[in-house]
Amino acid sequence: MRTVTRGTLVIAEDRCKGCELCIAACPPNVLTMSRTGNRLGYLYPELKPGCTGCTACQQVCPDFVFEVFKFEDPVLFDTPPEGARPCP
Amino acid sequence: MTLIDTRQPPEQASRKVADYKPSLLQSEEHGLCPGCGEPVAIRVVLEVIEELGLAQNNIAVLGHGCYGGFIMLLDVDSTLCLHGRAPATATGIKRMRPDTAVWTLQGDGDMVNEGLAEILHATARGENITCILLNNGVFGDTGGQMTAASVIGQRTKNSIDGRTADDHGYPIAIAELVASLQGSAYVARCSVHNAASIAQTRRCVRKAFQRQTEGQGLSLVEILTMCPTGWFVAPEAGTDYLMESLGKTYPLGEIKDRAAAPAATAE
Amino acid sequence: MSLTLFEGSEAIAEAAIAAGLRFYAGYPMSPATELLEHLARKLPASGGTCINAATEIEGVNMAMGAAAAGFRAATGSCGQGLALMQEAIAESALNETPLVVFNMARNQQDYFQATRGGGWGDYRTIALAPKDLPEAVELTQLAFHLADLYRVPVIVLGDNLLARTQVSVDVGRRDFGPLPPKDWQLDGTSGGSGKSRQIWTWGAGKHNTPGPGPSVHWARIAEKFDRIAETEMRWEEGFVEDAETVVVAFGTGGKFVEHVVHDLRGQGHRIGFFRPVTLWPFPGEALERATANARRVLVFELNAGQMIDDVRLNVRDRRIVRPIGGVSFDSSGLNLGPLMDATVIRQRILDTLEGATL
Repeated sequence: MRTVTRGTLVIAEDRCKGCELCIAACPPNVLTMSRTGNRLGYLYPELKPGCTGCTACQQVCPDFVFEVFKFEDPVLFDTPPEGARPCP
Repeated sequence: MTLIDTRQPPEQASRKVADYKPSLLQSEEHGLCPGCGEPVAIRVVLEVIEELGLAQNNIAVLGHGCYGGFIMLLDVDSTLCLHGRAPATATGIKRMRPDTAVWTLQGDGDMVNEGLAEILHATARGENITCILLNNGVFGDTGGQMTAASVIGQRTKNSIDGRTADDHGYPIAIAELVASLQGSAYVARCSVHNAASIAQTRRCVRKAFQRQTEGQGLSLVEILTMCPTGWFVAPEAGTDYLMESLGKTYPLGEIKDRAAAPAATAE
Repeated sequence: MSLTLFEGSEAIAEAAIAAGLRFYAGYPMSPATELLEHLARKLPASGGTCINAATEIEGVNMAMGAAAAGFRAATGSCGQGLALMQEAIAESALNETPLVVFNMARNQQDYFQATRGGGWGDYRTIALAPKDLPEAVELTQLAFHLADLYRVPVIVLGDNLLARTQVSVDVGRRDFGPLPPKDWQLDGTSGGSGKSRQIWTWGAGKHNTPGPGPSVHWARIAEKFDRIAETEMRWEEGFVEDAETVVVAFGTGGKFVEHVVHDLRGQGHRIGFFRPVTLWPFPGEALERATANARRVLVFELNAGQMIDDVRLNVRDRRIVRPIGGVSFDSSGLNLGPLMDATVIRQRILDTLEGATL
């Protein structure tokens, strides 16, 4: 199964304090927390295919961890989406 | 599970649609707690200031609270004034520099406790300043004590079994109080507990600064912000708790907008 | 030099405006009310702003804002009002915002408040105490100069007599010399430059432009006050070279004592007077010199004994220091009392001289 991905992120993992607000805020539900801690010992968000570049994560993040990009053309990743919510 | 490499910008042709931080912030590093709503609100204010072309024409007056640490981060001419006195200090600045956007950043402890006289009298005089209130219902900076804005039932370090009217009296809804004075031009209460509410906060903050530029009088945007530490909840639970606690006592929305009223004189 | 007859408060208002006062916030309290009334009328007419503050705390913080924006600003009240302003006065010292505070006092009981202060932290306040209106219009303008020169709070300590007596004075602008540019003022223009400005008592600066941090910042401010203490002492003295008795007094009390000393000197008494003009920095060395040969140092002040502490600190032998003042109000409790009387002062001095040969 191929996943249409319209955007991506740069995540400053080491600045994250593991509050997880971005996880719930992500409309396509493509952010999940890491299993290993950053330098502060916090788990941090990782990105699965399906990002739309909507910047919701960047908006809700208290620690300014996200840079958001939009692809000129959608990129296809061959993974199954795990359920998504409509964009805001 | 395939994970995208998010350690550097994508190779595919793309454009950046959002930076880590607003340009009027000198650094992303700050010491506020995980899940705190204050940096989110501050980001919105700084983005609106830049968007309205006020970056080189604004002065910030900060009160004392967790947000006070941003005195070291705001790339804006700013002062950290005395606890509660921001509207007074801002009045002095604005009277001397009427063409400069002057705004205050306070918490509920700073504004509703220590500086209640200052915000009300600055409003009564119709001072042309924009006041941003970060309301999390606690004195966060000292670890989460009760403020005049703590809601009934809210557990804090000095109302550990929950605020009760008998013991601690009733919360003060400052936005409605300010709106009731003729000197206020724009009053809104917003929140930052999700992307939609953040977008609404942006709209309200923009209007507040526009009313100042139009010289309409005092504008106040009360922004409900999460404080998991002060609320004894986990960071990710802060957003729901906000609406269940503060959100019930403090309805969100635009409370007053003088400019929206029929304009007295149509240029 | 053109003299005009003014009520004291009006002359001080004129002098402040001549010095470039642009913002005043005040709260009515006798006998400081008239200064507010005059400024409420005159300041807007001169392009400035005068606000009837809702509280003294609001007023002093508004003045702090105007000063932070780079404009000459002041506030005022009497001792009770200044008690409410103490935190802001300390803040002015510790975040280096120039601030002039007028204390049109009801008495002389605010000496400690003016020289020790009730704020927090290691700070001092320059305190200027005019003996009469001609000196008051001079010291009012000097206050603004010193506040800008050192970026400190300066208190002008007057009283009801000064505020309400009509005297012909010259309220023209005085020039006390050049001042450094206010490159620290908040004018809103350096936003986004990476080097925006900051006024903050902790002096820790910003991420891009870090400051020394509280410990070093406050130590530097203490050193600044030490420098001020060495260079800004002002006093007036008379007949001290061969004086066996030196009478020390400040403000209006100094004027009365000067008159009495002239009178007694005329009758052959070897008596002199010493009047601190700056209550802080206290002119200690000058006092020590002036009292070097004295057999008695008499301190006249209308309070229970405050300046006497500084006198005892600075004379070689504190045992020769004796108070001849005291608490003295009129029946209203708002004004200097019957002790402020040349005849009374003269007698109190003579009482200490009985047995002393002429």
